[in-house]
Amino acid sequence: MKQLLLGDEAIALGAINAGLSGVYAYPGTPSTEITEFIQTNKVARERGIHSRWCTNEKTAMEAALGMSYAGKRALVCMKHVGMNVCADAFVNSAITGVNGGLIVLAADDPSMHSSQNEQDSRFYGKFALIPVFEPSNQQEAYDMVSSAFELSESMKVPVLLRIVTRLAHSRAAVDVGELNNENALNPSTDQWVLLPGIARKKYVDLLGKQAEFEKASETSAYNKKETAGQKVGIIACGIGYNYVKENVGDNADILKISQYPLSPKAIKAFAAEHESILVVEDGQPVVEEAIAGMVGADYPIKGRLTGDLPRTGELTPDCVAKALGKPAGPAFDNAKNLAGRPPQLCQGCGHRDVYTALNEVLATYPDYRVFGDIGCYTLGALPPFKALSSCVDMGASITMAKGAADAGLFPAVAIIGDSTFTHSGMTGLLDAVNDKSNITVVISDNLTTGMTGGQDSAGTNKFEAICLGLGVEPEHVRVVVPLPKNMPEITRILKEEIEYNGVSVIIPRRECIQTAARHARERQKAKEANK
Amino acid sequence: MKKDIILCGVGGQGILSIATVIGEAATEAGLNLKQAEVHGMSQRGGDVQSNLRLSTENIYSDLIPQGGTDVVISMEPMEALRYLPYLSKTGTIVTSSKPFINIPNYPEEAALMAELDSMPSVVKLDIESVAKDAGNARGANMVLLGMAAPFIEILTVEQLRKAIAVIFARKGEAVVEANLKAFDAGVAASNQQ
Repeated sequence: MKQLLLGDEAIALGAINAGLSGVYAYPGTPSTEITEFIQTNKVARERGIHSRWCTNEKTAMEAALGMSYAGKRALVCMKHVGMNVCADAFVNSAITGVNGGLIVLAADDPSMHSSQNEQDSRFYGKFALIPVFEPSNQQEAYDMVSSAFELSESMKVPVLLRIVTRLAHSRAAVDVGELNNENALNPSTDQWVLLPGIARKKYVDLLGKQAEFEKASETSAYNKKETAGQKVGIIACGIGYNYVKENVGDNADILKISQYPLSPKAIKAFAAEHESILVVEDGQPVVEEAIAGMVGADYPIKGRLTGDLPRTGELTPDCVAKALGKPAGPAFDNAKNLAGRPPQLCQGCGHRDVYTALNEVLATYPDYRVFGDIGCYTLGALPPFKALSSCVDMGASITMAKGAADAGLFPAVAIIGDSTFTHSGMTGLLDAVNDKSNITVVISDNLTTGMTGGQDSAGTNKFEAICLGLGVEPEHVRVVVPLPKNMPEITRILKEEIEYNGVSVIIPRRECIQTAARHARERQKAKEANK
Repeated sequence: MKKDIILCGVGGQGILSIATVIGEAATEAGLNLKQAEVHGMSQRGGDVQSNLRLSTENIYSDLIPQGGTDVVISMEPMEALRYLPYLSKTGTIVTSSKPFINIPNYPEEAALMAELDSMPSVVKLDIESVAKDAGNARGANMVLLGMAAPFIEILTVEQLRKAIAVIFARKGEAVVEANLKAFDAGVAASNQQ
């Protein structure tokens, strides 16, 4: 049966049909829709497949590893930078090995549509020495989930499934297969204790599997060679394949790569059949760099490193056309009457009131800095607020403010959202408390994970307790309601807490207007249903 | 046969509903389809677009090449202009004529309209007024789809009507009727221009 599915949805359905028992994830564009699909899927609900959001990618990765240990199939989903958060657990899961199939899904965001960098998760696959799948289209995305679970179970390692924004958020018809049973509970009897003596042996085991991984790539149905008798050979990875086909159809020699590790044998053979190679890959030049060590220093390789394709940004049919030497067709120039329209905080959003108050109070200090964090409220960096000096990674607002305060900066203010605070802010706050750092932390609590579309936030109703538990003094945990009418109170409290020499936490709390509207609609619906 | 369409507007204007209707019609008609959407950060009042590709043949790229778009369907006039480099020299722009101004440096309206009018094939209309007149103030996006319907060609007007009925069936007969009325008003307006 054919279904019109986003790449993300194809992966979710592929996982359910492959007998998934749990998805573990923290929301992050462009990966969020995978978990959301599973949360609302009928079969998944009937089966009781775990799909509740996790506090961060590390807790997600570890919980999924635990489910795998118990013998069941688990999926971990995250955006590319989530791989950094779970890297410790991820890399070591390759050493422990797995029991039930374990897929780690990383959704990369070349062009940084909704991200702070464009790191390529294939590096992580190579780093952890595990197989990587990279679908070129929605159908492959669906099919690969089942293949990846099988490979994971037969090789006893986690498998990385790497997608990019354009696949995650693009819809196409997918031929959907049958529903399979879940694995039975079957806890591992192997030792997963990574003490040095055991880890050394397991690392040698993992290295010993590399030849088998290469062989799996060589025989993979997702990797294929197309021959048209050309002098230039094109290595096309993941969705790069689509842009090549869009431009040259069947008139090209292509080595399509959708399963890694690369097979040096296949690469060498392809190079020998051609005079030069063009590497078309979305993200960073992972394959371009790797094959240079396989084909010899003098062999001509073109790609992102040589400037034949742009060094940054996602691939497009146009930049690939240029790399293929295809002349650009006729097109209109850019319009003259055009202005950028950046995203902005919604009218009526509580974050707006927080920034209005912060800017008013801080204007009275000569050398203040506000350290920001990741979420809708990062938009406070843009006009009209221009309130932030930094935004680096999840949780960095509190720890950077602490470091700056340690250096003598005053006032050092951190602003962080509720979901980001529980994701990675709590440990930094404990550091600040233990050091009695002179910082003011604003936890702008909108009762949801707003930027990714309003998912449940792990700490809702727990923030005062968390702050007190971490040791913030009770008189310096202050809650306000961010509304224009409360401005005198909010600014007074902000001023008092900035003046306090130590750690203070101010929690402006008002529900996100998007989720508030959604909840109102749901209540209305429930009311009508009860009539 | 193939048709490449860019749907665009400002986050929250409902372009994805238009995409959903076209997607349903295309699936029902047995066409191949790829539809690249924008989710996440840009939905917050920023510019949004969706690349929609329909074809009787296999479609590879999720993105439309520059100069390749047959129809730009826009909920906002300046947003229509944003995709000019992607419009085919023989393509058509179907757009709302009413600016949505949420930025301080929005271009001067007369110059903007003059640039739009200088394009070879443009259909523009105050879709919000038409929707209001059709008794469905929230149906501006369906008016726009109706305006674009004669240019989509690979799908008939009737196929799109059927898709509207399917997509909105969940919300009840009244909503289906209101959206069909808005759609029909768009088709009529388009045929008059």
